[in-house]
Amino acid sequence: MMIVIDTLIQGILLGGLYALFATGLSLIFGIMRLVNLAHGDFMILGAFAVLIGVDAIGLPILLSAVLAAIFMFIVGYVLQNVLLNRTLGKDILPPLLVTFGLSIILQNGMLEAFSADTQRLNFGGLSEASLPLGGGLAVGVVPLMTFGSAILVILFLNWLFYRTETGRAFRATSDNPEIAQLMGIDNNRIFSLAMALALVVVAIAGLYLGARATFDPLIGPSRLIFAFEAVIIGGLGSFWGTLIGGIVLGLAQTVGAQISPEWQTLSGHIIFLIVLVLRPRGLFPRHVD
Amino acid sequence: MSLLTTHALTAYYGDFQALYGIDAHIDEGETIAIVGANGAGKSTLMAAITGRRRTPSEMIVFDGRAIGGMRPADIMGRGIALVPEGRQLFPSLTVEENLMVGNYGRKVRGPWSLERVYALFPILKERREQASTSLSGGQQQMVALGRALMSNPKLLLCDEISLGLAPAVIKDIYRAIEDIRREGASVVIVEQNINQALTVSDRIYCLLEGRVTLTGRPNDLSADQISRAYFGG
Repeated sequence: MMIVIDTLIQGILLGGLYALFATGLSLIFGIMRLVNLAHGDFMILGAFAVLIGVDAIGLPILLSAVLAAIFMFIVGYVLQNVLLNRTLGKDILPPLLVTFGLSIILQNGMLEAFSADTQRLNFGGLSEASLPLGGGLAVGVVPLMTFGSAILVILFLNWLFYRTETGRAFRATSDNPEIAQLMGIDNNRIFSLAMALALVVVAIAGLYLGARATFDPLIGPSRLIFAFEAVIIGGLGSFWGTLIGGIVLGLAQTVGAQISPEWQTLSGHIIFLIVLVLRPRGLFPRHVD
Repeated sequence: MSLLTTHALTAYYGDFQALYGIDAHIDEGETIAIVGANGAGKSTLMAAITGRRRTPSEMIVFDGRAIGGMRPADIMGRGIALVPEGRQLFPSLTVEENLMVGNYGRKVRGPWSLERVYALFPILKERREQASTSLSGGQQQMVALGRALMSNPKLLLCDEISLGLAPAVIKDIYRAIEDIRREGASVVIVEQNINQALTVSDRIYCLLEGRVTLTGRPNDLSADQISRAYFGG
């Protein structure tokens, strides 16, 4: 019995990590219909950015993460403004090709800069800390922080999208960029801001990705798959849906791993395929477009 | 004084020429109507003025500045608002959010505010929390009109605002246009319905195949003249 509860708790907490992976991807696709194939590699870049702050400069990890988030914000804004905005149009192929190219450039750039060694982000004493839940159950502090961060990120994004003028501009641009311009909304600026925000979430995802397991410059694409699966299971267009998608994926993987270690990733993919067959628009689609 | 002037304005879609040297102007406080059949170039003219079709800068002068080729957001910021054909509300925004997004790029003091728009169209206040797509066609047209007013434009462009609406609703919409005129904005009405255009405007321009075929004050034009200018021949 305890092992069932433990598995469920671990699965849900892992879902928080996948929700962080997926939220940036969902944000970008939702606003500008851009599928960022370099999303996974940006998460790894975020993890390395945190690592540099900790290892090379000697900063506390959370301060380093804040600096990494600021760095990624700037990277996102400039990248969108200088490069990706030029690829957006009626055809969805150019941005796909360009982000695919970016993915390769990022992987090889990081390989050159950081070598192929596996790395890990260390939360110091917190890494091993856990909270006892009674009955022999315990949850790790870092997984709890991960899940809490996912909730905070989604609360913040929902507030931004539904309570602020910038959020209205995001949604209006997402609905109809041509008409949004007639409201005085500068599409390029809005898209750049959206990418900057997405990469801040990516930096947070990178922090917890590096804390949970080892990473190296080439593992981005395999993490991108989880992000895609969480987005699609949850249904496009709702951040809470993305969290649920992450949790479903996390649960499937932890339950699979209990059956047999090699079933971990596979059971996630199987659940994803089942959802895709039964509910092609995901569990919580926002609206029909 | 002339608020907006076009000088030999041309526009192309690839090899196809949609406008052949349009010379038109509108004075401050004036209401003009642009009539013409489908494909006469009315919507292209609106697209050029609002910056969605790029044109050489000197072809369009607004408020003493050449604005041709400026980005749509910058043109809107200078005080030109469009009520687009087909209303084009933002489906994921509520009625009130649709109105509020209307002054995103231009926040100036003027006669129009959320309260004033609600006073003009009380039904919208009742429906403010609803999705804009849940409204009737006439109510959606009110939202589109209110959204454009929110920026207190100097020039309001109304593209086919009576299209697809019931006669009673069209009357309501045009009564609102009268109120809008009284607040001082210049108004351009683009219409396929000639009678509607003649009733509401100080002057009309008739377009045919990308050219101005007739212009004048409604009282000075005969039905026969208009018919020939509208249909050709």
